[in-house]
This record gives sequence, structure tokens and C-alpha cells, in this order.
Amino acid sequence: MEKIIIIINGKEAQVDKNFTILQAAKSLGIEVPTICNDNRLVPHGACRMCVVEVKNARALLTACTTPVAEGMEINTHSERVINSRKTTLELMIANHPLDCLTCSKAGNCKLQDYCFEYDVTGEKFSGFDKDDLPIDDSNDFYTFDPNKCILCGKCVKVCDELQCTSAIGFSGRGFSTHVSHPFEAGMDYSTCVSCGNCVSVCPVGALMPKEKTKFREWEVKKTQTTCSYCGVGCQIELKVKNNKVVGVDPAMGPSNDGLLCVKGKFGYKFINHPDRLKIPLIKKDGVFNEATWDEAYDLIASKINEIKKEHGSDSIAGLSSARATNEDNYLMQKMMRAVIGTNNIDHCARL
Amino acid sequence: MTIFRSHVLMCSGTGCVSSNADQILARFKEKIKEVGLEKEVQVIKTGCFGLCESGPNVLIYPEGSFYSHMSVDKVDEVVDEHLLKGRIVKKYLYKESIDKDLIKSVDEINFYKKQKRVALKNCGIIDPENINEYIAMNGYMALGKALTEMNPDEVIQLIKDSGLRGRGGGGFPTGVKWSFAARNKADQKYMICNADEGDPGAFMDRSVLEGDPHTVIEAMAIAGYAIGATKGFVYVRAEYPIAVNRLEIAINQAKEKGLLGKNIFNSGFDFDLEIRLGAGAFVCGEETSLIASIEGHRGMSRCKPPFPANQGLWTRPTIINNVETLANITQIVLNGSKWFRSFGTENSPGTKVFALGGKINNTGLVEIPMGTTLREVIYDIGGGCPNGKEFKAVQTGGPSGGCITKENIDIPIDFDTLTSIGSMMGSGGMIVMDEDNCMVDIARFFLDFTVDESCGKCTPCRDGTKKMHEILDNITSGKGINGDIEKLLDLAYTIKDSALCGLGQTAPNPVISTIRYFRDEYEAHINEKRCPAGVCKPLLSYYITDNCIGCTKCARNCPVNCISGEVKKKHVIDTNACIKCGSCITDCPVNAIIKR
Repeated sequence: MEKIIIIINGKEAQVDKNFTILQAAKSLGIEVPTICNDNRLVPHGACRMCVVEVKNARALLTACTTPVAEGMEINTHSERVINSRKTTLELMIANHPLDCLTCSKAGNCKLQDYCFEYDVTGEKFSGFDKDDLPIDDSNDFYTFDPNKCILCGKCVKVCDELQCTSAIGFSGRGFSTHVSHPFEAGMDYSTCVSCGNCVSVCPVGALMPKEKTKFREWEVKKTQTTCSYCGVGCQIELKVKNNKVVGVDPAMGPSNDGLLCVKGKFGYKFINHPDRLKIPLIKKDGVFNEATWDEAYDLIASKINEIKKEHGSDSIAGLSSARATNEDNYLMQKMMRAVIGTNNIDHCARL
Repeated sequence: MTIFRSHVLMCSGTGCVSSNADQILARFKEKIKEVGLEKEVQVIKTGCFGLCESGPNVLIYPEGSFYSHMSVDKVDEVVDEHLLKGRIVKKYLYKESIDKDLIKSVDEINFYKKQKRVALKNCGIIDPENINEYIAMNGYMALGKALTEMNPDEVIQLIKDSGLRGRGGGGFPTGVKWSFAARNKADQKYMICNADEGDPGAFMDRSVLEGDPHTVIEAMAIAGYAIGATKGFVYVRAEYPIAVNRLEIAINQAKEKGLLGKNIFNSGFDFDLEIRLGAGAFVCGEETSLIASIEGHRGMSRCKPPFPANQGLWTRPTIINNVETLANITQIVLNGSKWFRSFGTENSPGTKVFALGGKINNTGLVEIPMGTTLREVIYDIGGGCPNGKEFKAVQTGGPSGGCITKENIDIPIDFDTLTSIGSMMGSGGMIVMDEDNCMVDIARFFLDFTVDESCGKCTPCRDGTKKMHEILDNITSGKGINGDIEKLLDLAYTIKDSALCGLGQTAPNPVISTIRYFRDEYEAHINEKRCPAGVCKPLLSYYITDNCIGCTKCARNCPVNCISGEVKKKHVIDTNACIKCGSCITDCPVNAIIKR
């Protein structure tokens, strides 16, 4: 890839010609704050946190949208830049409830983190004339609190550009702008498929999963694993508190790129459900009785052998599950063909 | 062809149409028929004459008699006297048409004398709904010349040489802009006319579309040829129904005559044009928002680069020019760049149309060479402030501009001088303010507009302008506190520095410039809780002076009965109960009531 020379914070550096300033800074280990940027989305340039000073530019430029150019002189943390970021944060926080004590997003909130980093207290523009908007909890899996929304636009863009559902958009103008859905009839009446990708990207506490267990971000242990619902192999992070799964975040896996569907994102409550089967049951006289695994396997093997002997291999068929891994599915068909001796093997995802 | 001895031109711009121009026109036609002059006198519906303050306006040629404030009941007398008997009806003429006993023709009136009409050349002269009248004024000759005698590069070079700069606000050199799109290779390019005129008080684009729609169509085809675009859109706001209607008629007529469509003038060049209606969002005048709107998305700006000339409508190279910019193109192609440069200044050649409004006698549209001084515009053309009031400032550039005070009134107007004194050309709105205007209130008014019209995308514009507006609201209602001016400036400079698009970056200008020139007024509001101009109601109190003759008129008419006093004795206002409606001031026969 062709490289060019830029001067960033007084130092010369070689960067990829096609980079934006944000990408260039990152490649050089310089952290530029941003709220609305997401590498998977078309740069939005709305939050104005990533503004940087570029020599000879009239105004500050957003690092996320501005491509680098040969000899460009960039300052990512000049006084002018810091002041601008501070005022932007002051404006955001002035229009945001200061309820971090009870907000479940605390500890995982970009607004909170940047206010801490830039010493922004929310006092400068306090007393903003803001509306108290109703919380939309019509969806079964998540809630939307427009009062906490800072209009970074990530949810709208994820829904539109990655999920391709376009269930939400912006309504209103100026200060009345808000994230909205058709006819403002409640999220549940939109085309939303409850994938929860908007919830995963929300940098603040506006879009939150409906969780039964309260937890703080710093209380949970995160374990990366593969989602067990289908064979796509989405990578997820289970959030575990007191040995109990309390939430799921998408991880950046090669097959899911940080996205999930409704099952992967919200369908983890079966894990600790009291009705969940943990030991095999064998039916005797019309009643299920608990058994050991050995008893269960023995029963399956003897029944299959019996049927095979009496009616032949082709009287047996296997149906494999998309919830199992590729390897398990491979073994299943191998068993049907090599052990049982039939080609009667099928899979629920074979269309 | 019939030769008529007299022509009656009826202004049919939006202003005059709202004052019954259509009925006046119909009565002229009827009456002329009644007196049997229909073969001698032609009645023509034209675009705007510019002097909207005196509308409905009628011009009668060959005399050039300028009848103002016309009405249906005056028509018969004008026809009988002027057209039948040849006696100009002096009493209905525009007030400045009569100098002692001499009757001046329209060209000799001060309002028109200093104007130079290039963009408005045909406005108020031809019937905008008749393509033949446009053709008779050398219409479509420029397109013919470009397509048959010039190659695209030559057209671009000509526009570059002319020095024409975008008239929509930014002042970017048009020829240079065209060359950006021309050098891009693409399967499709687009030419867009930005007719989403949104500045409060500016209506030159509407006037051109209403009075001379073909000039825009012709210029778009020339631009399309120059940059290699075969498809064009006119993005015009739906609140301009007359303009939209005349543009539709004009596009259809041009298509019928083969001046739009396939193989124009047998040159092999195709150009098709469509209208897109805007829903009146100010931000859609910003080119990336306009493109989003045409594409069917919400009108929101996006960051540049990529610039539309590289990636515009449906990611194809796109040029967007404002109506007035385009209205200059045909003239430049026909008369050459030297001719165009013979008006205006070195860096801002040509003319500019300004919409005069506010506290000025001659409200309306004027087209003047760049470099004319504000003094000439306001006093010689505009006739100064009404009722002998003193001129205080003029706001140019609408809500994105700033105010210009008396001390800068002799500066020649062009793009660069206006920017250097903290204002901007903008689209050419000029709102004049006199001693009765409170500059804090004016700043609040303009910010009110930008707060409403912000697209809501970026934080500084969406939340910052709202916060500034709140501070200004506090100041004008007597709740201002020490440090408010500094807070306003801090916000203003952050917004200017970090907002996403031109709308946001220029939104604080009215506040910055009023603080710069009228800081004392802000301080009076904050420190003394006093509005020096007597505008901000919460800061005013009404008092009755010793001049009171005790006529009781004020007390009888006060809607809240807060004035008391005996007959023939001085009255008193209960300032706590007073709602500051001002009716006592209007009623008092001896001007004994003051507000301070």
C-alpha cells in the first residue's frame, strides 16, 4: 500500500495513503476520542469529538471523515482542539440526565469516560431547557430512553447499513431531533427484528437490554465463546456475575463482525432456567424417569441395533441440528453412513 | 406579426399576485377590449419589477409610465385616460415619477437609475410563460453558441475568465467548480440548480424563476454540456408555487421546441431536466443536504470531502449552482468575459441582486454592480429609513451573516469586503435596521431561525445554538447575568470552529457581530436591565410625563385598566399591572407617554 508522510503532533510519520486522520492516528498509537465513529459504518461526523487542527484549514476537521494528504500537519490535542471537545461534551452532558449513580451503563459509557478524561462536570451549561420524554419499552428485549440519547446516530446507521432493516431513523429538526420509528407508534410496531445491534453500539444508556439481573460493568467477568444457536459461528462475550450469565455482547468474530441476531444477543436466559434439562430422562410406563448417561446411551444403541436388524439400515434416518457445530454435524453424518449404513441423513438448515 | 402601439406590463411576481395582480390583469384585458383597443394595445403578464413595496405595479410603454399601488378600480381610468386619450394619469404614478411638473420614465427613477440588470435582465419585461418572448430577447442563443461553436473546455475557460463567483453565499468561482466535475470520468454526471432559497427576506431566486425561467434552463444545459452531464434537476421549494408552475411550463415548452431532450441543435448533446420539490428546510440549501433530499433521504448535511463535484448525487459527479449564478451564464456566453468584468470589482466581477427589506423606504429587489457602496444602496436606491429615523445597521447574508454599521457604510460591497468586516454576502438579503431596533433582539431573532432550521445532526449546531438562544432569551427578558457575553462568545467560536456544515459554522455570526459593534447594548440589558432601543418588553416600563393634559384617553383605552388619574390632571401608570401593549402611546394626543 502506498505510504505518505504526515506531520502529526509535531512528528513526521508514514501512513497509508487511503487512511482517514483517525485511522492514521490510531496506526501511530495516538488516541483520538470519538463517540459516533464505528469502523464498520460510513463515517458520520456528527459527534464532533474527533475534531483535530489541520494547518491552513479554516475550521477544525473531523478526523473520522477527513482523508490524510501528503505533508498534512495535524494536531490532535492542541488547546483549540481540547477547548472545542470540552464545549461539545459540556453541551452533550447539559442535555443528558446526570443519573450515573443508578444508570446500568455506568462504567461502559463513552460520555462518562470522556467527561472524566476532559474534566467536564456538566455545570457550565446546566439548566438546559429540555423535555422529559417517555421511555419506550414496547420492545420485548430492550428499552429506549430518548432523554439519554446524544444523537450520535450509531443505532440508526447500524440498523440501516449493517442490519439492513432500517427500522429506525431521525425525526424532528434542530433541538427536537430524535431517534424515531415509523409513525412514532412505539418500537414494537416498527419493522424492528429485535436483533439488538443498536443496543450493542449505543455508547450511552439510551438503548439498554431488558435484564433481569442488575449488574455493574466492572462486576462481570467476560468469556468469549461461540454462539450455540446456529452454525454461523458468531463470536459472543458472555457477561458472568456470580457464576451466572447476565448479559451478552457481540465480539468481533470473523463471521459476525460484531453483529448478532435476536437469539444470540438476547436468548441466553435458558442457561440458568429451572426448566432446563441437565440429565437424561427415560420414559417408563408413560412417565419420564431420571437416568444416567450410560443408561441413556445403552438404550439408544440397543434400540437402533434392534430396528436395524429387524427392518434394515434404511429404516433409520438422522436429522442433524444447525445449533450443533460443523464438526458435530460431520460426525453425525459419518455415524449414519459408516456405523448405521444409510444415506438417510438430513439437516434442518438444508434448504 | 401584429405591431402594437402600446404595451401594458403587469408585474406578476408573488408580491403583486398576492395583491390581486391577476384580477387587475384581467380587468385591463376586458376594458381594453371594451374600448376597442385590443389590436393596438397588448397586455403582458411579466415577472417582478423589483420595487415590491409599491406593488401591484404596472408599466406602460412606450412612455415608461410606472403606475404603482394599482387596483382593479383604477384600471378603467388608466385605460380611458392613458391608453385611449394619451393622458398619463399622474395621481396613480409612483411617487418619485413626478419631479415638479416633469413626469419621469421608469429608467429615470432613483430606484432603477443606479441598477445594472444582468441576472434580472428579462424580469419584468417578458412574459415568462411564453418561450417566444424569451427567444426574442436572444434566448437560447447562448446555448446554440456553446453547442455549435465551442467545446466544453472552452465554455469552462470562458466562465473561469469571467470571474463569476457563486451567488448563493459561498462565492466559490463557478468556472473552477465546473472544471472539477468536468475532469471526473463517470457513467453519469448531474447538473443541479439550487432554488431552495431560504434566507429570511431574500427572494431574488424566486424572482428569476418567476420572471425568466428559461434563462435558468438554458444555463443548466450549457453547464451540463461543459461538465458532461446529461441530466439535471431543479431543486425548488414547494412554497414557491408560481415559480414551480412557470418553471414547469418553461421546461415543457423547451422540450417541445427541442431545446431540451435528445440531440439539441443537432450537436449530439442530450440534456434532460426535472423538477424536485423541497419541503422548505433551510438546510437543504446546503449542497450535501440538497443531494440527500433529492435521493429521498432526510435533509442532513454530510462531511466534505468527498465534494459533490467528485461524489455527489447517487455518488456521481455533480455540480450545484444557485439560480442567480446560472442567470448570469447566458449573458457571459453571449457577451464574453471582458464584458462581464466591465462591471463590479477585480475579485468580484459582475452584478449582485440584493433583497432590500426591513426599515427601508423602497423594499424590493435591486441588482447593482459589485463595488457599489452600502450608502448608495440604502440611501440612493433604497430611499433611506422610513419616517426620518436614523439608520443603525444593515444585516447582510441573512442568518449566516453579520451586521454592518454606519462606520462601514461607505465600503464598496463585494464578497471579500463583506467578509473582512465580519459579515458575508450570503444570498443577498439586506435587512436594514434603524434606531428603533434592539441589536440583542435582532441577534436573538436570527438565532431563533437557525435553532429551528438546524438539521440536528452535529452537537455544536443542534445543542450549541439552542444554548446560545437560551442565553439571549435570558438577556432580553432581564435575566441576563455577568459572564453571559463571554459564554455566548465561547459557544459562538466553538460552533464556528466545529460545526459540520456551513449552516452551523455561520449560525453564530449575527451574535458575534452584534457583540462586536453593539456590546454596550448587551451590557445595558445585562447590567442595567435596560433595552436602549425600547424593544425588549420585559425590560420596559411606561411612564406619563408632565406633558399630560389629563384627557383620559389612555385610561379609557388601556386594556388592563392600569392607568389612573382625574380629568385634566396628570395620569399615572401602574407599572406592575401594565402589560406593555403600547396602546396608550398610540392613543396619547400630546406624546406624553414614554417607555424606557
